[in-house]
Amino acid sequence: MATASAPGTEFSDGLDAGFAGDGGDLPPGIGPWTLAWRRLRRNRVALFFGAVFLLIVVMCLLAPLYSNDIAHVGPNFENITGTVNVGGKQEDVVSLIGIPIGPTWEFHHYFLGADENGRDVAVRLLYGGRNSLEIGAVATLLTMVLATLLGMLAGYFRGFTDGIISRGLDVIWAYPAVLLGITLGTVLAIRGLGPFKQGSLMVPAFVIGIVYIPYVARPIRAQVLTLREREFIDAARQQGLSHLQIMWSEILPNVASTIVVFVPLILANAILLEAGLTYLGAGVQPPAPSWGSMISEGIDTIPAAFHNVLVPGVMLVLAVLSVNIFGDGLRDALDPRAKVRIGQ
Amino acid sequence: MTRFIVRRLLVMVALLFVITLITFLLFVVVLPNGNPAALIAGRLATPAEVHLISVRYGFDKPVYIQYLKTMANIFSAQAYSYQSGFNVVDEIRSGLPATLSLALGAGIIWLLTSIALGTLAAIRAGRYTDRVLTVLSMLGVSLPPFFLGAVLIYFVGYEWGVIPIGGFVSFTSSPWQWFLHMLAPWFTLSVLFIGFYSRVLRSTILDTINEDYVRTAYAKGLSERQVLVRHILRNSLIPIISLWGLDLAQVIGGGAILTESVFNLHGVGQLMRDSIGRLDTVTLMAGVILVALAVVLLGAIVDIVYAVLDPRIRLGA
Repeated sequence: MATASAPGTEFSDGLDAGFAGDGGDLPPGIGPWTLAWRRLRRNRVALFFGAVFLLIVVMCLLAPLYSNDIAHVGPNFENITGTVNVGGKQEDVVSLIGIPIGPTWEFHHYFLGADENGRDVAVRLLYGGRNSLEIGAVATLLTMVLATLLGMLAGYFRGFTDGIISRGLDVIWAYPAVLLGITLGTVLAIRGLGPFKQGSLMVPAFVIGIVYIPYVARPIRAQVLTLREREFIDAARQQGLSHLQIMWSEILPNVASTIVVFVPLILANAILLEAGLTYLGAGVQPPAPSWGSMISEGIDTIPAAFHNVLVPGVMLVLAVLSVNIFGDGLRDALDPRAKVRIGQ
Repeated sequence: MTRFIVRRLLVMVALLFVITLITFLLFVVVLPNGNPAALIAGRLATPAEVHLISVRYGFDKPVYIQYLKTMANIFSAQAYSYQSGFNVVDEIRSGLPATLSLALGAGIIWLLTSIALGTLAAIRAGRYTDRVLTVLSMLGVSLPPFFLGAVLIYFVGYEWGVIPIGGFVSFTSSPWQWFLHMLAPWFTLSVLFIGFYSRVLRSTILDTINEDYVRTAYAKGLSERQVLVRHILRNSLIPIISLWGLDLAQVIGGGAILTESVFNLHGVGQLMRDSIGRLDTVTLMAGVILVALAVVLLGAIVDIVYAVLDPRIRLGA
């Protein structure tokens, strides 16, 4: 268009009034994160289950409150020979043949029953939840940080760095997850890990964190590999940014949505893996409670006291299910073109 | 083509070496804090006894010799557990029928069920059936196998008395009992994977439906069913089958452990679990190595088969 133009506007054709930054009268565009947040808000099912998970977390964090003020027992307080007054009747906490009582539905004692050592299941459930969730969270953090780091380094620098990192990831990947967890878990549970003595919760968290690294690092690496070829990276190099600056300010924001999508997925799997490893004996060591150990001990007393299996199991499934559904909703919000979704 | 296969096999061998090395180092060096003889000797042993044990089992030799000797023992089926004295490889071999019955049976079940449910969900995408199936599959991936197994044992086994409470009956002694005993374990193991696979298949199918060649097929006048089977499914199933191969290897390797333990099947997985409790390092090490070997081998085979099926893979696209 050969219209005369004021200096500084030679390259615009008059049709593009309102781009951000030139003081035009259109508002700046809505960023992808805001859009995603709005989509998420509309997804009632995902929000509901997100709330459920938060509720579980809060309940478990309040474990000491429940233990001290309501139930008046700790999670490890064994009471094999004691009796309780349930609805007016005196009953043995653990019967003479070793059967613990079921749920009393009375808050101040054995609300959800007792386990075979006479410990209060409800108190143990909350404390166990703290442990399981803490391990899951730490493991997820470990995985995400390391996987992002390794994925970015491998994808950005390629060549030799990529070779080493990818082969390392392959080795971890080749180990079946549970076996790797068992190997590391058994060894480290006995030996401890550096400053973390044996019995520390950080040991299973570390093990689980390591196991999932390749699962996340590979997609991130793939994404960084493609991103690296884009023009804006060249432009940044031309501007004189160092490699570190480029990775931080150009690449990281672009892989951010991938990272966000992975977090609930890894969290759910980490909680499940912790339960599995503890059930096998390679995770949280007794007497520390965890949902996995409660289920494991409960299985020994089927069928007489099935509540010992059902209670921690349902909690576990509920927590993991909530994380999964919320994560699914999150993924839909960030990438609405994905075809797999839960209700609207 | 041969170059690809050779390269893949070389990678496999290197991986196997690294895996055996790491497992060995972890169990023999890291775990006992460098002194496995003390672990075997027990707490009240005198230094002389510890030294005797050390010599007898060869712990005083340099690490790489120990490594070679251990590998030789394991692969020539002459490794003996320190705790029980049994031949480790024999024990593993006796657990194989249960583990393989579980893994292969469950594998077939979950593959067929996932295909059926995934296709169904895709056809009825967005409607009630689809939503229900999605919720069910979410539930499936959230259930730990040992919890599901325990629930099944309690309700279906104890309360209703329909299925036996666990244990394994070999196929050769009684096919019907073998089947009955495997039903619940198969179901438990499959649920997890059905949840995952049906969703993957569903999204793959939905992606494929939009492809041009599908539209062409409809335009040619093919019926819904013909298009579905001949074009959509054929292409959607390729990633599923390769995933299936890898997951089957992983299940044989690890996933079966939890299910086997709950149902008391006395397979390889349960052997591993018991070894953890006893800290039977020899069995653990041998088991982990052999299973990881099987997994890597199967993985390599799957990769090669996949490359044969899809030329883009072998040409490195």
